[in-house]
Amino acid sequence: MRYLPLSDADRGAMLARIGVDHVDALFANVPADKLQKAPPDLPRMKGELEVERIMAGLAARNVSAGSVPFFVGAGAYKHHVPASVDHLIQRSEFLTSYTPYQPEIAQGTLQYLFEFQTQVALLTGMEVANASMYDGSTGTAEAVLMAHRITKRRKAVLSGGLHPHYRQVVETISGMAGDTVTSLPPDLKAAEDIIAAIDAETSCVVVQTPDVFGNLRDLTAIAAAAQKAGALLIAVFTEAVSLGLVKPPGAMGADIVVGEGQSIGNSLNYGGPYVGLFAARQKYVRQMPGRLCGETVDAEGKRGFVLTLSTREQHIRRDKATSNICTNSGLCVLAFTVHMTLLGETGLRRLASVNHAHAIKLADTLAAVPGVTVEQAAFFNEFTIRVPGDGAQVIEKLAARGILGGVPAARLWPDQGLDDLILVAATEVNTDEDRAAYAAALKDILAC
Amino acid sequence: MATIRFTKDHEYVSVDGDIATVGITDYAQSQLGDVVYVELPTAGKTLKQGDEAAVVESVKAASEVYAPVSGTVVEINAGLPDSPSDVNEDPLGKGWFLKLRLANPAELDALMDEAAYQAHIGA
Amino acid sequence: MLNRQGRPSGVGETDASEHYTFTGNRALMIEEPLLFEIGRLERTGVDVDEPEPFTPRLGGLERAEPMGLPGLGEPETMRHYVRLSQKNFGIDSGLFPLGSCTMKHNPRLNEKVARMPGFGDIHPLQPVSTVPGALAVIDRLAHYLKELTGMPAVAMSPKAGAHGELCGMMAIKTAIAARGEAATRTVVLVPESAHGTNPATAALIGFTVEAIPVRADGTVDPASIKAMIGPHVAAIMLTNPNTCGLFEKDVVAIAQVVHEAGAYFYCDGANFNAIVGKVRPGDLGVDAMHINLHKTFSTPHGGGGPGAGPVVLSEALAPYAPLPFVQAGAAGLELVEELGDGKAFGRLTAFHGQMGMFTRALTYMLSHGADGMRQASEDAVLSANYIRVGLMDLMSLPFGDQPCMHEALFDDTWLKDTGVSTLDFAKAMIDEGYHPMTVYFPLVVHGAMLIEPTESESKASLDLFIMALRDLAFAAKRGDTARFAGAPFHAPRRRMDETRAARQPVLRWTPPVPLKEAAE
Repeated sequence: MRYLPLSDADRGAMLARIGVDHVDALFANVPADKLQKAPPDLPRMKGELEVERIMAGLAARNVSAGSVPFFVGAGAYKHHVPASVDHLIQRSEFLTSYTPYQPEIAQGTLQYLFEFQTQVALLTGMEVANASMYDGSTGTAEAVLMAHRITKRRKAVLSGGLHPHYRQVVETISGMAGDTVTSLPPDLKAAEDIIAAIDAETSCVVVQTPDVFGNLRDLTAIAAAAQKAGALLIAVFTEAVSLGLVKPPGAMGADIVVGEGQSIGNSLNYGGPYVGLFAARQKYVRQMPGRLCGETVDAEGKRGFVLTLSTREQHIRRDKATSNICTNSGLCVLAFTVHMTLLGETGLRRLASVNHAHAIKLADTLAAVPGVTVEQAAFFNEFTIRVPGDGAQVIEKLAARGILGGVPAARLWPDQGLDDLILVAATEVNTDEDRAAYAAALKDILAC
Repeated sequence: MATIRFTKDHEYVSVDGDIATVGITDYAQSQLGDVVYVELPTAGKTLKQGDEAAVVESVKAASEVYAPVSGTVVEINAGLPDSPSDVNEDPLGKGWFLKLRLANPAELDALMDEAAYQAHIGA
Repeated sequence: MLNRQGRPSGVGETDASEHYTFTGNRALMIEEPLLFEIGRLERTGVDVDEPEPFTPRLGGLERAEPMGLPGLGEPETMRHYVRLSQKNFGIDSGLFPLGSCTMKHNPRLNEKVARMPGFGDIHPLQPVSTVPGALAVIDRLAHYLKELTGMPAVAMSPKAGAHGELCGMMAIKTAIAARGEAATRTVVLVPESAHGTNPATAALIGFTVEAIPVRADGTVDPASIKAMIGPHVAAIMLTNPNTCGLFEKDVVAIAQVVHEAGAYFYCDGANFNAIVGKVRPGDLGVDAMHINLHKTFSTPHGGGGPGAGPVVLSEALAPYAPLPFVQAGAAGLELVEELGDGKAFGRLTAFHGQMGMFTRALTYMLSHGADGMRQASEDAVLSANYIRVGLMDLMSLPFGDQPCMHEALFDDTWLKDTGVSTLDFAKAMIDEGYHPMTVYFPLVVHGAMLIEPTESESKASLDLFIMALRDLAFAAKRGDTARFAGAPFHAPRRRMDETRAARQPVLRWTPPVPLKEAAE
């Protein structure tokens, strides 16, 4: 077998050296009736050619985003990733290395983590960032727990503009920990009065901007109200590219910022692996979950990097840890860092502008379809349209015509009276032809 | 004249009147290695003997510091978190953690004196 | 000062003073500055056309402040990150014997398959009717995991092993609440040898953790459990094979004791690589077990992640598996995202799980097949015992001369009075071209050294490793401290000042103060 270097002769020699006749003697502590006598009931070994064929067959049954006009967002976005990114993350020394617990032979990983932490802090306008969480949704739940530790209160208030999956994750974790969550109803028009929901027991207010419907929200007043009540503002984003053009949460008074970094460097991958970005005020650093990479010197006085403040983490603090998290998003972090390096400030701003411009074109194109209204006047690269009839059926019919037109609100909020709404995203990959095809198909479907 | 007593978990308590200064011993700091951070309680907190009073962190470990006696925290060494090396350099002096107003001085009788503590760690 | 072999023999004495270079570089080992020291704000390596002039619709929330993010062109970016990569040790560099981490070969076919557009370029929320192949992958991998573990159900969405632990323990907590015992069953029993994620997970969801002592042979005594168990206990969390590299020989009795008391048995599956195809956790009485796809099933460790931690579940716990999940429906596979009449305890992550790791793991499983996976476990156990036997005359075994599973555990008794610590020994291994083994874990063993070679090593590789460690062990025993104190000497960096990093944390680059300001 191509992945197993030992030959039968090797095995024989090793068994002899150990002093047993059969490898099962090494499984002596396994109760005899629990040791399987034969391999499992699964297919036998296959060569690369056959495996590739099987997997390619499964892949071929899926409609890939790049093969059709594509307008799906709601938490994950199709962007163009430069070829260099994927090439670099496949270098053996990055791909096959481990968590940098032995810093002398992991300066590659540690230095890019340090660069990543800096990039995230700069992008969000915050003082310090960690080496990533699994994704934006789990990061949001961790941010809520962090706010509870800092304020010593246990009630979170969630905006109705927060992605429903993110809300559900917070509710699940909080429910298990015995904490309280107040979730405001879905807020299509960014009209909610979240300040009214803040009281003396509130530990944190969680607001997403751009929100799941596409609205851009000014967090400044919310930040002030939260802090006045002794609570923290947690700002959330799902589209990292938005930070190239939109006011960052750090400039609006956020205490903790958490978001999804998938847009930069990482493919859609049917939902994972993604990369959670997590940043906060410096004064809260010892309450932050996740790994932190810090600068120091080695025994020769040369600058180097090392994981630090580890006593917050599970492998030391065990049941008193800030989190149970062990892995970060490693390779997805590297992909983000490389892509962000290639973009730089100038490239990111330009990319964000193109995204916004394409969204405006799309909004105007769709608004011209009879019966369709665009629900937001201001947005970054996502907005919500209202169609006559069932949004989910419209999406299925568009798909049948080879167009992936967005996410029906009913999929994320079933039975909430939002069935005629569709969340639509635009990125730099859309062309004029794509937009025209969408509008034409939509017009056709609605006319029936 | 201050009396000093020790716990088996390597805390010391140095008593002057009804005020007890609490820290960790020289043996404890040498076992811990370089101290990088300390977490102190807030003034006014009431502690029972054996309650977690503070946390002392090295690079690779975090250890609880337990209240050797019961009392109310009247003062903490506010400069210590910014100068954690004091715990290594002078644990019984400038590396002190907190001062308690004793609730029950009789608790001191059950703790080890200098000689008993030296025997405890010498073993 | 040079020793008789002409090598520097003191801390801080290196080749630098002997062989000067202007750049500070040492041939292929380049001193690479930070991105922020070489990049420029106006530089970009991505050609994006400015859009035609348009009126933004950002509602007055346009970014006014600059980001301060420098960029690099493509050539400089490649060079920067290639140079960084050269400072890293990976599985592809050499033997990586990190106990409990299973650093096996990462097949490149996995990478090719994961990148097929039909897998890498599909959106989690595009209509399910457009991604039947994705559901098929999830379903097939689930089938393999159930078959290999002998368990009836599996939750696929956890994003990492620790996340899987959270999932399993949440299912247990929910099941207990469903029995009306939430207020009474508040304690979780965890061996003192357990990985830190176990107590951290239990505490996170509100359980109190009590430690089970480990007996002299490194395993857990059912009598210890019996003494601690009662109607106040929700579950035990046991690693099997355990963190000492041993199969818990009384695991069936332990499961019985636990179940008789009405509690659940959570199994940490980090060491599953020892028993795939040989033992099925479901046959042992396990109620929930997470599987680390990045350990046992070869998905890459990637410098720390991403991982994936699906959790196999017993009949009792299956109803509580979180959303979303794939199930067989009337018209084929369907994705269940809503609670409906179900009892799912909630949702653990946005979207559906680590699809990128599913395709890789399934590719590995298809490649190995049932016979290959069984052989892999046998080779992993054989290799670990070969190393144990090759070193045990020089290095001390904390639990005596008994077969180990896929990892061999030594303690530091043999280093007593040598002036060499476990840490020093590990650092000297770096100079020999090996990543150190896991050190100081499990905590129940003093100065622990946990060596896991995996099945990916040739006999020649194992023989050289054993010889190198024997040489180091002899050097330690005869007091050749110069080889250890201050090691590594040949790595891109010497030992780091971790105290300084913790006392004065510098967690990001900040621009230096401009000269004008500094002068004021």
